[in-house]
Amino acid sequence: MNASRREFLQQGCYGFGAMAFAALLARDLPARLLAAPPPRRATKARHVIFLHMAGSPSQLDLFDPKPKLVQWSGKACPDEYLRNERFAFIKGTPKMLGSPYAFAPRGRSGQVISELLPRLHSIADDIAIVRSMRTTQFNHAPAQIFMNTGHERMGRPSMGAWVSYGIGSANQNLPGYVVLLSGRYAPDGGASLWGSGFLPTGHQGVRLRSGAEPVLYLGNPPGMDAGDRRRSLDALEQLNGLALQQNGDPEIRTRMDQYELAFRMQMSVPELADLSQEPPETLAMYGVEPGQPSYAGNCLLARRLIERGVRFVELYHWGWDSHGTNAGDDIVHSLPERCRETDQATVALVADLKRMGLLDETLIVWGGEFGRTPMNEERDGSKFLGRDHHPHCFTIWLAGGGIKPGITIGATDEFGYLITEDPVEVHDLHATMLHLLGLDHLQLTYKFMGRDFRLTDVSGVVVDKLLA
Amino acid sequence: MFRSSLHLGAHAVAAIALAVRLPAATQEPASGLSFQGEVRPILEQRCFACHGATRQKAGLRLDQRAWARAGSKNGNRPVIVPGNSAESLLYQRLVAADEDERMPFGEEALAAEEIEILRRWLDEGAEWPEDGSTLRRHWSYVPPARPALPPVRDDAWPRNGVDRFVLARLEREGLAPSPEAPAETLIRRLYLDLVGLTPPVSEVDEFLADARPDAYERLVERLLASPHYGERQAQLWLDLARYADTNGYEKDERRSQWRYRDWVIDAYNRNLPFDRFTIEQLAGDLLPDATLEQRIATGFHRNTMVNKEGGVDAEEFRVAAVVDRTNTTASVWLGATLGCAQCHDHKYDPYAQEEYYQFFAFFNSTTDSGGSEDPQIEAPTPQQQAVMAELAPQIEALERELEARTPELESAFGAWERRRRAELAQWVALQPRSVESARGATLTVLDDGSVLASGSAPDMDHYVVSAEVGLPRVAGLRIEALSDPSLPSQGPGRTGHGNFVLNEVTLLVDGVAVPLGRARADFEQMDRPWPASGAVDGDPASGWAIVPQTGQSHQAVFALERALPAAHIEVRLAQDYGSRHTLGRFRVSVCAEAPPDAPPLPPALERLLVLGGTRGAPEQAQLEAHWRASAPELEAARARLAQLRARLPQPATCMVLAERAQPRATHVLQKGSFLSPGAAVEPAVPAVLGSLPPDAPRNRLGLAQWLVAPDNPLTARVLANRVWSQYFGAGLSSTPEDFGSQGDAPTHSELLDWLALELVSGGWDVKALHHLIVTSATYRQASRVTPELLERDPYNRVFARGPRFRLEAEAVRDVALSASGLLNPVLGGPSVFPPQPDGIWNLPYSDDRWTAQQGAERHRRALYTFWRRSAPYPLMTNFDAPSREFTCTRRARSNTPLQALNLLNDPAFVEAAAALARRMLAQAGAGDAERAAYGFRLCVARAPQPEEVRILLELLGAQRRRYQADPQAAAALVAGADPDLAAWTVVANVLLNLDETITKS
Repeated sequence: MNASRREFLQQGCYGFGAMAFAALLARDLPARLLAAPPPRRATKARHVIFLHMAGSPSQLDLFDPKPKLVQWSGKACPDEYLRNERFAFIKGTPKMLGSPYAFAPRGRSGQVISELLPRLHSIADDIAIVRSMRTTQFNHAPAQIFMNTGHERMGRPSMGAWVSYGIGSANQNLPGYVVLLSGRYAPDGGASLWGSGFLPTGHQGVRLRSGAEPVLYLGNPPGMDAGDRRRSLDALEQLNGLALQQNGDPEIRTRMDQYELAFRMQMSVPELADLSQEPPETLAMYGVEPGQPSYAGNCLLARRLIERGVRFVELYHWGWDSHGTNAGDDIVHSLPERCRETDQATVALVADLKRMGLLDETLIVWGGEFGRTPMNEERDGSKFLGRDHHPHCFTIWLAGGGIKPGITIGATDEFGYLITEDPVEVHDLHATMLHLLGLDHLQLTYKFMGRDFRLTDVSGVVVDKLLA
Repeated sequence: MFRSSLHLGAHAVAAIALAVRLPAATQEPASGLSFQGEVRPILEQRCFACHGATRQKAGLRLDQRAWARAGSKNGNRPVIVPGNSAESLLYQRLVAADEDERMPFGEEALAAEEIEILRRWLDEGAEWPEDGSTLRRHWSYVPPARPALPPVRDDAWPRNGVDRFVLARLEREGLAPSPEAPAETLIRRLYLDLVGLTPPVSEVDEFLADARPDAYERLVERLLASPHYGERQAQLWLDLARYADTNGYEKDERRSQWRYRDWVIDAYNRNLPFDRFTIEQLAGDLLPDATLEQRIATGFHRNTMVNKEGGVDAEEFRVAAVVDRTNTTASVWLGATLGCAQCHDHKYDPYAQEEYYQFFAFFNSTTDSGGSEDPQIEAPTPQQQAVMAELAPQIEALERELEARTPELESAFGAWERRRRAELAQWVALQPRSVESARGATLTVLDDGSVLASGSAPDMDHYVVSAEVGLPRVAGLRIEALSDPSLPSQGPGRTGHGNFVLNEVTLLVDGVAVPLGRARADFEQMDRPWPASGAVDGDPASGWAIVPQTGQSHQAVFALERALPAAHIEVRLAQDYGSRHTLGRFRVSVCAEAPPDAPPLPPALERLLVLGGTRGAPEQAQLEAHWRASAPELEAARARLAQLRARLPQPATCMVLAERAQPRATHVLQKGSFLSPGAAVEPAVPAVLGSLPPDAPRNRLGLAQWLVAPDNPLTARVLANRVWSQYFGAGLSSTPEDFGSQGDAPTHSELLDWLALELVSGGWDVKALHHLIVTSATYRQASRVTPELLERDPYNRVFARGPRFRLEAEAVRDVALSASGLLNPVLGGPSVFPPQPDGIWNLPYSDDRWTAQQGAERHRRALYTFWRRSAPYPLMTNFDAPSREFTCTRRARSNTPLQALNLLNDPAFVEAAAALARRMLAQAGAGDAERAAYGFRLCVARAPQPEEVRILLELLGAQRRRYQADPQAAAALVAGADPDLAAWTVVANVLLNLDETITKS
């Protein structure tokens, strides 16, 4: 290793030229124009894990029991609910659909959770359930984009990008915002869900892929090993160094640093992604089979990322879109299957973070992009039970990171159609998440196209009831 | 995330005021202070955020004279005391020592020069022109006046007018321009800027050897005439046009829009003047006798997204598209953030919400819906048009021949008619004794023997019809599927769109199932397909259906394999497709003689046949046309015609704008919501920018003409600024999308005006503008920067050096392809699919898959890569290309490790490295040093220095030893397992990753 490279490795990823540049920026820019985030309050929460159940789980079968809906099951939906209402698939007058699942109070706090999530019962006292989330969107892509960016159409920065912009990364060798996907498909909203919008692209989420190459193009070409790469990077470093000497453009120094960071990622990411390093009891706790891509593996990976200082980890697990058009997407066969796939690992993640003392500084959010209807969809006369998209209410839960544990807030009407108590908008959720991270959602702005943009657009109120 | 990028991208560059502090808008030292030019900008930048239209902290508002003079509502000390800065709270607060007192609160203090300007202004009387006129006088709303070329001390340096403005500023700053860049740097810079490729080594050599004084200008001319010039310029324009190959939103399906991209490339190559370029894209369809190309040009505003999700209100997305067109037009042509006025009056610029919707009204009368690609037109390429023009006369001649009337044909038609009538006459409609539905539909027998379904409409059904036969024997069975006004879409089926699927027809004669043979129908659905034979093949999944010809009657005829005597028959109609694909009205007939082989006539034509001599002329023609389509007498001519038609090209379609016959009423949308229409408005431009001439049409055409009218204060400036930014990395105003009060004033306002006026007076000649900039001494400077200059002017806003910045995503790929010799330089055509990693396209509710092309198509320029909005090609994302959901007037320029990984390891770049290695081995001399130098020059044009060669050869030597020792590794890297080629490939990989390779220097 030659001297100059060692030197800036010690300096981390801000090379000298870049630092001089940063100083220039700070001195000469009008504060309003400088793309620097506002100061941050000191809080415990420093990381976020967002467990996005893409497709949207049925709140009525998991968290929000409705005895009256069970009584009405099979009867026509009252007209007052259908007036001026648009559905993605339901046509005509649908029939009500009571949940076939049993609910009971769980834990000392007595939070109500259905039988479909038996492991979650064991951490009922650690989580805060919100039965009164709502959204404005009733199709997957816009609703997911809204949940992730605070705006229903593509093009705005995602919450992870905002957090990265607001707090920065705590790891020199890894991206600050990492996205993990499981289930048969990627979520509907695609890469827009973790895009950086108009924020500098360095804040976009980096998708860690399952399989041999966790980061796109991380692996050296066939026939080149780490030694070849090191030698070629040394040559590149020397050549770029000469150019820097001759031209003086500090951007060259930044680029040299980025190549070194890339090399460090080549070393550190495979180690990070290698779950076989975990003790067997940990693997068993999560239900991970090393080498098999799964939600469980992603949960364990999320913990490893948080341990290493990554700021924002988002998991997407596809397959909750329980319309009931066939056995593959109904609430009798498919929904329990999704629950089985996720329940153990989700709970293991919370428990594991707690065991390691990381739960206080890690905010966990679990939820879909909207709710599901109290009515049976019966698309084209299907005999499978299922529920259509429902934006007016759904349930999420949060844990850790300054959340008050063991509480349920919000309530819905007797059919679970509309919210009757403590509505929480998507912007309110975002404001609360930023608040827990020490960021004021009104102050975290970025100027673009002549306007100061926020994650919470022009609304958002911190949900005080959720704060510990 | 990667903080190391340090926001060095254009976002930051754009947001940066000049480190060299001079009042931006004044070029000459001012004798008296200008409120508009010097005072107001400081207030805007530093005060309005808290004391402006949005917020009035401490009850103080400073953005309007009346409020500013009135002072704070909460306090009684005067904020502005004309003639006395010491008494003015405004001044006191700026210089307060106490952090809690000093303004701007919680931010950095104003610079000393800024405080001094405000002090002088207060002391000199705090002159504040009336507000209405101050707004009008914001620099960008005042039409540019032709500035005189400023005097300079160093007369020898300037090459053209550009340099006079630049040098005058440098001299005032006490800075000197940099020396001219070396010739290799210049030719590479020109190649990258004008055609987006690296120069071939042979051309570099020629240029170096060209001693003619105008060698540089000749090179510029040649590159401006290259067809790749159009590709390079189009690539930049497509960001503004938000061009993509998919619809966006959830399904993000493919659309066919590449003919618009071809149009843009061609428009640049034929140097279409920017006024025509504007008018054709915004309103080509409204031009008199609009040509095909002019209609394709309107694809510009069809690049908006289209939503085909279930249950959505198409109107919501139509309005979203119109909003996007409004905002895009304002941003691209006017540098106006008009979009801010969608929900409320603009907070900083003089645009009322009502004016937003007046502008919106221009775009609100097109026929597109927001839920579909329509309207689309067939858009043959010029080559296709040539083929079509060649074939057209031959096709017309044959068509005439096929329509000709001759005595022979007349008599053949007569014979056919008699025969068909006789065949028709033998059918006997059954009078059903009973009809049953297996799933509870109500089946009613009507007077004509037909059966009508009503009541419950099950998804699937089986009908059973039984009847006595009034014939001695049965040889054929006919099922008529009849339209009926009581059915959805008039039937004949019971689905919403009138289709049905007849899966199986079973015939029982006197209780015994009888096999049915030949099946013919007058029409069969083609997509899957759904032929009548599917109804008698025993396969319950196949069947007969009729989309798209629903709403009319059809018939299918089945021949019994053997004619049978019959007294009673039963016909079972199985319809198991689901979702109500059942017959709504039908009739069963039988005949005693075997039905003919020819398909039956459509029932509508049969009626004409029966009319005989009482037919009118149109009916006669209809029947004749049907006969001619199958008459054996015309078979030869039909075959020739079919051959010719098969040679006709199949043009791609293109989404275009079309205007409704009646304009749509436009309303102010309260809070921007399409569900809350307010007051009605008429099309108009914002008052601050003038108005349309009285005789101008109040539509898109009138708007487009107004945008490029000589007295429009903004369009030419915005364009000149954008073109400038292509060359220097940032515009003279660093906010190309915002020329309003919150944007950055130009660093060289007179230069911007001068360029704008050159452009307009030269007839909007875009190539001339490019020529003017690249032939300036300013552009030709070396980019080397000293620490002192870096400190003084980090973002090169006064141009004491040449430009230096990373290439755009597309150019990063194109440079690797051109340096390695892989580039396929074909111009235009449909989008291509070069290899990309698996799993990039993997979205639910879309089974569309990226299928990588092999062969030459995989090496096309990046601008032809298929652009899917929700899942872009990874290189594009990594190197800051926008996702093309909305217009993008400037890209960020980040510097991340993902870019490094992309260039190092992406198989496309490894392939380029191997090709570059082969090129070094094949085209350079035999020595390693020569070969290394050749590869170096292919990438960066200049010859390497000895030290650089040494570094490359050291790597080469190490890799040679390594691959000689490990032939398997060599085999994995390159075909043929040649250790030498493998070692050179590693060297080439380094060359393609040089900062200099992906940078315009």
